[in-house]
Amino acid sequence: MEKGKGVLGAGRRWAVDFSDNSTAPSSRDIPDPPGFTRASVDQDDSAVSRQKKDAEANWKAQKAWEVAQAPFKNLLMMGFMMWMAGSTVHLFSIVFEPYKDNKVELLGPKLLFIALNLGGLALGVWKLNTLGLLPTHASDWVSSLSPAQEVEYSGGGIPL
Amino acid sequence: MAIMSFIFAFFFFSSLQPILSLYEDQVGLMDWHQQYIGKVKQAVFHTHKTGRKRVVASTEQNIIATLDLRSGEIFWRHVLGPNDVVDGIDIALGKYVITLSSGGSILRAWNLPDGQMVWESSLHGPKHSKSLLLTTNLIIEKDNSLIVFSNGRLNAVSCIDGEVLWKKDFEEESLEVQQVIQPPGSDFIYVVGFAASSQFETYKINAKNGELLKHESTAFSGRFSGEVSLVSSETVAALDSTGSILLTISFHNGKISSQQTPVSNLLEDSPGLAVIIHSSVTGIFAIKTDAATIFIRVIGEGKLEVVEKTNHETVVSDALSISEGQQAFALVQHAGSNIHLTVKPAHDWDSNLLKESIKMDQQRGFVHKVFINNYIRTDRSHGFRALIVMEDHSLLLLQQGAIVWSREDGLASIIDVTTSELPVEKAGVSVAKVELNLFEWLKGHVLKLKGTLMLATPEDIAAIQYMRLKSSEKSKMTRDHNGFRKLLIALTRAGKLFALHTGDGRIVWSHLLQSLHKSESCRQPIGLNLHQWQVPHHHALDENPSVLVVGRCGPSSDALGVLSLVDSYTGKEFSSLRLVHSVAQVIPLPYTDSTEQRLHLLIDADKHAHLYPKTPEAIDIFQSEFSNVYWYSVDDDNGIIKGYALKTKCSGNVADEFCFDSRELWSIVLPSESEKIITTATRKLNEAVHTQAKLIADQDVMYKYISSNLLFVATVAPKASGEIGSVTPEESWLVVYLIDTVTGRVLHRMTHHGSQGPVQAVLSENWVVYHYFNLRAHRYEMSVIEIYDQSRADNKDVWKLVVGNHNLTSPVSSYSRAEVITKSQSYFFTHSLKAIAVTLTVKGITSKQLLIGTIGDQVLALDKRFLDPRRSVNPTQAEREEGIIPLTDSLPIIPQSYITHSLRVEGLQSIITVAAKLESTTLVFAHGLDLFFTHYAPSRTYDSLTEDFSYALLLITIVALVAAIFVTWILSQRKELQDRWR
Repeated sequence: MEKGKGVLGAGRRWAVDFSDNSTAPSSRDIPDPPGFTRASVDQDDSAVSRQKKDAEANWKAQKAWEVAQAPFKNLLMMGFMMWMAGSTVHLFSIVFEPYKDNKVELLGPKLLFIALNLGGLALGVWKLNTLGLLPTHASDWVSSLSPAQEVEYSGGGIPL
Repeated sequence: MAIMSFIFAFFFFSSLQPILSLYEDQVGLMDWHQQYIGKVKQAVFHTHKTGRKRVVASTEQNIIATLDLRSGEIFWRHVLGPNDVVDGIDIALGKYVITLSSGGSILRAWNLPDGQMVWESSLHGPKHSKSLLLTTNLIIEKDNSLIVFSNGRLNAVSCIDGEVLWKKDFEEESLEVQQVIQPPGSDFIYVVGFAASSQFETYKINAKNGELLKHESTAFSGRFSGEVSLVSSETVAALDSTGSILLTISFHNGKISSQQTPVSNLLEDSPGLAVIIHSSVTGIFAIKTDAATIFIRVIGEGKLEVVEKTNHETVVSDALSISEGQQAFALVQHAGSNIHLTVKPAHDWDSNLLKESIKMDQQRGFVHKVFINNYIRTDRSHGFRALIVMEDHSLLLLQQGAIVWSREDGLASIIDVTTSELPVEKAGVSVAKVELNLFEWLKGHVLKLKGTLMLATPEDIAAIQYMRLKSSEKSKMTRDHNGFRKLLIALTRAGKLFALHTGDGRIVWSHLLQSLHKSESCRQPIGLNLHQWQVPHHHALDENPSVLVVGRCGPSSDALGVLSLVDSYTGKEFSSLRLVHSVAQVIPLPYTDSTEQRLHLLIDADKHAHLYPKTPEAIDIFQSEFSNVYWYSVDDDNGIIKGYALKTKCSGNVADEFCFDSRELWSIVLPSESEKIITTATRKLNEAVHTQAKLIADQDVMYKYISSNLLFVATVAPKASGEIGSVTPEESWLVVYLIDTVTGRVLHRMTHHGSQGPVQAVLSENWVVYHYFNLRAHRYEMSVIEIYDQSRADNKDVWKLVVGNHNLTSPVSSYSRAEVITKSQSYFFTHSLKAIAVTLTVKGITSKQLLIGTIGDQVLALDKRFLDPRRSVNPTQAEREEGIIPLTDSLPIIPQSYITHSLRVEGLQSIITVAAKLESTTLVFAHGLDLFFTHYAPSRTYDSLTEDFSYALLLITIVALVAAIFVTWILSQRKELQDRWR
C-alpha cells in the first residue's frame, strides 16, 4: 500500500510529469535538438498515452484487489490471536478512496472486504459467546427476575 | 446486564475469600457489648476489710456476681444453669462467697476476689423441703462451719473444704421446717417448723455434733399458713391460714408458749387477708394487706402493738447489726416522684438513724427490695448505704441522699426486639458542625495517613484508635445514608421498653409501660411481643414512627389483652388500650393505610379475628383484600395444625365491624402416639428476595419456590421429646414437614430415623436449615432442604423471555398447586445450638450466611454455601466455577468467623438480624443476659470503602500524579526543542 501511494498521482505533494504535452508552437522558443523530429513523436503520442493509461488502470485494479484482500492475511492472525487470548477490537479503516476512478470497478473488492470483515466480526462474536458474555441462555434473562407476587396472605403460628 | 455481570463478578471474587475476620484494632469499632446480671434476689455487702469494697448478688436469672461498690461494675460473674436456682448466698470467713443452689442440693464456695470456685459439695436428703443457709461463727473441730438445712436434712459443713461435719435428718413426712436459728453466743441450734400445718415443733440440736437435745411440740386449733417471721432468737410470729389471727410463739429453753391475737384487735378497720413479710428485725415484724403494710412491735410476753401503718408501697430491709447488740433496718417509702429512705434502730421505732429523700425517675416504678450496709464516718457516727432493686429490675446504690450508680439490669431479660429508624437530618444543621471541626477533620486524616504510611508513633496510634472508637459519626441521633444508625427497641420482662442506639448501645429513652403496670383490672400483666406499627417513609414522613406492644393480663391464654402504642423517637405511650378480648396471635398484615399504619389482625382464644387500627379506612383496605387473608394455628400439645379463612362479621351480641368469624379450611392432625410438634419456623415478613431464579452450572436455571406462606414443622417421637440419650435410636425419629399455610398442602415430608431434638430451624427464601441430634452417629447434624418450583422450569425459550412473553412475574396463587421438587443434604456439626438466624440484607442480593448461637454463647457465621444440597464429592469443573464446595461429612468451624470475636453473650437467647440500607451489610443484635451488636457483611463491604480508607493518601497520590505529569511534559518539550535545533 505504501509503495503504491508513492508512485500514484493522487495523494502526493509534488510530481514531475514526464509526458510533455506542450506541443503548442508558441511555447517552442527553444529549438529542437538536432536529429529530433517532432512529427513522428506527435504522431505516436495518443497511442502511447492510451497504452500507458490502460496499464495504469490495470495496475490500479490489481492494487485495489490487493488492498481488499489485505485483511485476509490478518484474518488468520487475528483468529489465532483471539484463540490465544480474549477478544480485542480492531479498527478496520476503509481505504478504497485512493482507488476511486471512473474506470475501476470497486464493487467486487468492497464486497470482499466487507465479507471478510464480517467474518472477523463473526469470529469475535463466537469468541464472546464461548466466553459466556452473550445473553443467549434463558438464565441470562431471568437472573434478576423478581419473585412473583402472591395472591394469598397467611399468618399465625403457635398461640402466644 | 453489564451491572449484573459486574455484581456477579464481585460475588465471585469475594467468595474466593470465605473467611471474614476482624483485626485487633477493629474491635469495638462497629460492635458493642453490654453485660448484665438480671433482677437481684439477694445481696451481701463486703466492706469490712481494706481493699475494693464490693457487693455480692444473686439474681433471678441464676447469676452470682460481685459488683464494685463504687461504680457498679462487674468484678466477676457466674451464670449457673437454668435449673440451678440460687436459694441463698452469704460470705464466710471474709473471703468465700457461699452459695446454696438447685433446691438446696449444691453448696459451693467461691473465692471472693477473683470468683474461682474453691469447693463444691452436694447435699442430699430424705425429702424435698425448704432450703435455708445459715452462716455462723461456730467452730466445730477447729473449722468454721456453715449450717445448711435442705432436703429434710440439717448439715454442718466446714467452710474450709466443704466437708459435711455432721448431719441430722428430719424425716417426719409432714414436717415443714420454717426457720433454723442459732441464738448468738450459744452452741445449740433451734429448728422450728410446722407439722401437719397445725402443730408447732421445735428441735434443739447440739451444734457441735448434731445431737438432738430436746424436742417439743404444741398443737393449735387453727392451721398455719406461709412464712414465720423471727422476732427474736427465741420468738417467732406467724399467721393462721385465714390470715386473721396473729400468733406469737416463744420457745425459750424448749418450753413453747404462745399468744393469739386477732388482727382486727390491732386495726380498727378490717384489713382483709394479710400475709407476713419475711424480715429478721428483732422485736418487730410486718404484715401486708391489700391496702397497707403494718409494722407490729412485740412487747414483753406476746403483747403486740401497731407502730406504723403505711399506705404507700413500703419495702423493709433485713436487720443489720451496727454495733454490739444494736440492730438497724431500712424502710423505703414512695412519695410522689421521691423515695424516702429511713434507717431506724430496731429497739426504737420513733427515732431515725437516717432519713433521706431522693428524687427517683418515675420510669423505674416502685422499689421492690432494699439491702443496707453501714460504714463509719470520719466523725465516728454511722453512715448507711442502701442498694435498691426497682420494679424495672434496675439496681441502684444510694448514699448520702444521692444515687451513686445505677444498672439497667432489666435488659438481662428481653422478651422481644424490633427496630426503628432515627429522624432525618435537617438541612443546614450539620454543615456548621463540619466547618467548626475542619481543622480536627484534617488533623484526623493526617494522623490516619501517618498510620497508613507506618510513620505513626505509639501515641499517634493510640490517638487514631481513640478517634475511631469515639467517632461522633456513629452515635448521632439522625439517620445516615448507610442505614447503620437505628434504634433497637426492646421490651423487657419487667414491662419496660428501652430504645438503644445501634452506634454505641446507649439508652436513648426508657419507658415503664403504664398498660403493663399492675392495676385493679389487670393483676398480672405480661408483655408478649413488639411489632412495628407505623414506619413512615413516603407520604407520612413528618410523623414519628411507632411500635405496638402487645400484652395480656395474666399468664393464661384467655386473659384479656392489652395494647400500647409507643412513639419511637420520644418513648411516649400515646395510646393504650385495654382489650375486651384475649390475644392468642398477632398477625401483621402486608397492608398499610394512608398514614403508613400497618394493619394488624389479633386472633383471640375463641378464634375471632379483630382488626386494628379500628378506623374506617383500615376496614376499607381490609375489605378489598378480605378473601385473600388466611390464618393458621399450630397446637403443639395436641399435634394439630389448622388453617382458617375469615368469614363474616362476628356473630356475637355486640355489633363490632372490626371483628370477624373464622371458618376452618383445613387441618393436619399428626398421630399423637408417634409425633409431637417441637419446633416451627416461618420466613421473616420483611425478608427481601432478589430473584426467583437460581443459576446453576451449564447456564441452566432452576426456579425457587418462594412463598411467604411456607411453614416448617419438626416433630419427634413423644418418647424422644426428653433429653438427648433418654431413648434408643430405634425408638426415636424426627419428621420434618414443609406446609403451605393457605391450602394446608404438605409440600415435603422427610423422616430422620434415629434422630432427636431439640431442633433449631431457620427458613429463608426457598430453603430451610435445621439442627438436631443424630443418636446413631452420636453427633449433632444440620440438614438443609431447598424447594424448587418445577412447573416454571420449562420457561427456557430465550425469545419468549427476551420479548417478555412469559408468566414468571404474574401473581401466583397457592391454589394453583405448583409442582415442587426438593433437594436436601445433611452434615455433621460439632456444636449444639442455642439460636440460629440468617443474615438479612435490604435487597437480598448479597449471599447469605447462617448465624449460629453456639452453646458457648458465641455467634458463629457459617456460609450458606456449605449447606448446599447440590454439593458432591467431586464437583465438575462447571460446578466448581459456580462455587460449589466439594462435599465433606461435617461442616467446618472457622475460628475467624466468630462474629462475637472474643466476647460471650451469656445466656444467649436469640439473634436478630436487621438490614442496613447498604446492600452488603446486615446489623446483628444478639441478646440473652448480655447484649451484643455488630455490623456484618457476608460478602465483605463490596459497595463501600472501608472505614479506615485514607482519603488523604488518595488526595496526595492524585496531586503527586498531576505534578508528575506536568514535570514530564515540560521535560519532554524541552527535549523536543533541543532535538529540532540539532
